[in-house]
Amino acid sequence: MIQPKVNDPLLLQEISAEIRRSVITTLSQAGSGHLGASLGLADLFTCLYFSVLAHDPADPLWPGRDRLILSIGHAAPVLYTTLARVGYFPEQELATLRKLGSRLQGHPGREHGLPGLELSAGSLGQGLSVSVGRALAAKMDDQSWRVFCILGDGELQEGSVWEAAMAAAHLKLDNLIAIVDRNGVQIDGKTEDVMALEPLKEKWRAFGWEVVECDGNNHQDILTSIHLVQQVPHKPGVILAYTKMGKGVGSIEGDYRWHGKAPSKQEASRFLRELDKEVS
Amino acid sequence: MSRRFINRGDKPTKTGFGEGLLASGIRHPEVIALGADITASVGVNLFAERFPNQFVSLGIAEQNCVGVAAGLALEGKIPVFSTYGVFAALRTTDQIRVSVCYNNLHVVIGGAHAGLSVGPDGATHQALEDLAIMRVLPNMTVLSPCDATQTKIATQQAIHHTEGPVYIRFGRAAMPDFTSENQSFEVGKAQLLHAGDDVTIIATGHLVWEALQAAYTLKEEQIHARVINLHTIKPIDKEIIVKAARETGAVITAEEHQVTGGLGSAVAEVLACEYPVPMKFVGMPDRFGESGDPKELMKKYQLTDLAIVQAVQTLLTTKSYP
Repeated sequence: MIQPKVNDPLLLQEISAEIRRSVITTLSQAGSGHLGASLGLADLFTCLYFSVLAHDPADPLWPGRDRLILSIGHAAPVLYTTLARVGYFPEQELATLRKLGSRLQGHPGREHGLPGLELSAGSLGQGLSVSVGRALAAKMDDQSWRVFCILGDGELQEGSVWEAAMAAAHLKLDNLIAIVDRNGVQIDGKTEDVMALEPLKEKWRAFGWEVVECDGNNHQDILTSIHLVQQVPHKPGVILAYTKMGKGVGSIEGDYRWHGKAPSKQEASRFLRELDKEVS
Repeated sequence: MSRRFINRGDKPTKTGFGEGLLASGIRHPEVIALGADITASVGVNLFAERFPNQFVSLGIAEQNCVGVAAGLALEGKIPVFSTYGVFAALRTTDQIRVSVCYNNLHVVIGGAHAGLSVGPDGATHQALEDLAIMRVLPNMTVLSPCDATQTKIATQQAIHHTEGPVYIRFGRAAMPDFTSENQSFEVGKAQLLHAGDDVTIIATGHLVWEALQAAYTLKEEQIHARVINLHTIKPIDKEIIVKAARETGAVITAEEHQVTGGLGSAVAEVLACEYPVPMKFVGMPDRFGESGDPKELMKKYQLTDLAIVQAVQTLLTTKSYP
């Protein structure tokens, strides 16, 4: 059955909180992994899988589904926890993340058979090109499904992203929506210190994309932006989603040191308490 | 098997690729060719003119081309991406590794202008490392056909009768076209082209013709060389290699590629484990090429029938291990 769309804002809030809890617990069990981006992306993933994408967890390869390509493979925890929450596989399996024999690889690997994965990815700068290929195939076959590609902002320093950006506009792929996780930080520090990306909106515009900015931690704003960015025919759309790395856990929000770390058991229980406070 | 192969006339192997691609597109709308600006020079223009709706121009952006090919393959298309081998295999290695090979997608990558024989363009454009890099990638099939006729057949096989990623290598210079249009060609099955029990020459690509000429010369000296065309570098035909080593006791490899990591290494890996015999490698000795006429270059870097003959003579003096 095609996933029914959730419109109740309170329910979306609740799901995002559950996903965040699940991300913290899962990463703490795994002992390694990237906490920051997964917490920051929880609202986007909630909106996409519970309210935007046409998809069917019982039929992961349904040909008419919208495709979601995670280009930043290191945000795998938020993808896995969301897929489990929406019903692609049992949530207990999250405990196997990064363990030997698991279907939940550190970065997504399709050959391990996890349902709902659209691409094995992890080397930055490749997902948008693959998304262009899939969107192009949909156009060739007169299909109406869409391709969503989740990019990191640090990832935009890879030149190949801009090759893909050029191609998407050239090919007039209005069935392609890129979402940039603009949290402003990467492993070495702030993106603007490591390698400046601004003026980012103007860059995407100059490459021929329809650009919409939004608060990537606000469900209503995310949903409105996704609607808006698809209104221009013959142009691909990009949403610059301003998120906070570590969102939901006040003590680590915006702290780049939490990009590539997993919480210890003690940290995890502290973070879960902070999360509960935020939600209540 | 002792028949002499006749050159029907020199023809570039890239022409075979272009013809094979064109033939593959007929009644197969799922075959999509991707262009990286140099479509005419790599033989894709014929296909593009005949099937404009199955051709996508993506400009000088090879990394993106490979990613787009992966995306198309995920949706059931058969993308064929071709550009010069130096760019097709090396500019894009990470995209091929992760987006194509790790996802195990049926993408066909054409490495054009391969080898030293591309000539005057010089070292930047002479792909002498592509076989080594492509064959090390899991899931990848690596083809290196020997003449235009075989390249046409291999291209069709790569597109319609092979699973997963395929790299197929071909050259620009006009070279002898000598294999039969009705030959039996199977990916992964090497061809025995000339019988002999004194020594084995295993060659690939343009060097197969040279190996045959070497065998004809050696015959006059009563040295009977077996010649094997290893048109599939991966998966490698272990059986024919081990049998040849057992029956002839000495193996020469010949390739228009760095000695390091290519055909010679692939054969040596098999023999080291299965049946070690004395070997010699004819190929580029870990150095870059340079500008020059293809034939002059092949001579200077000893990628000729004469060099193979000399390698055989040297090897036969040390044929058995002490």
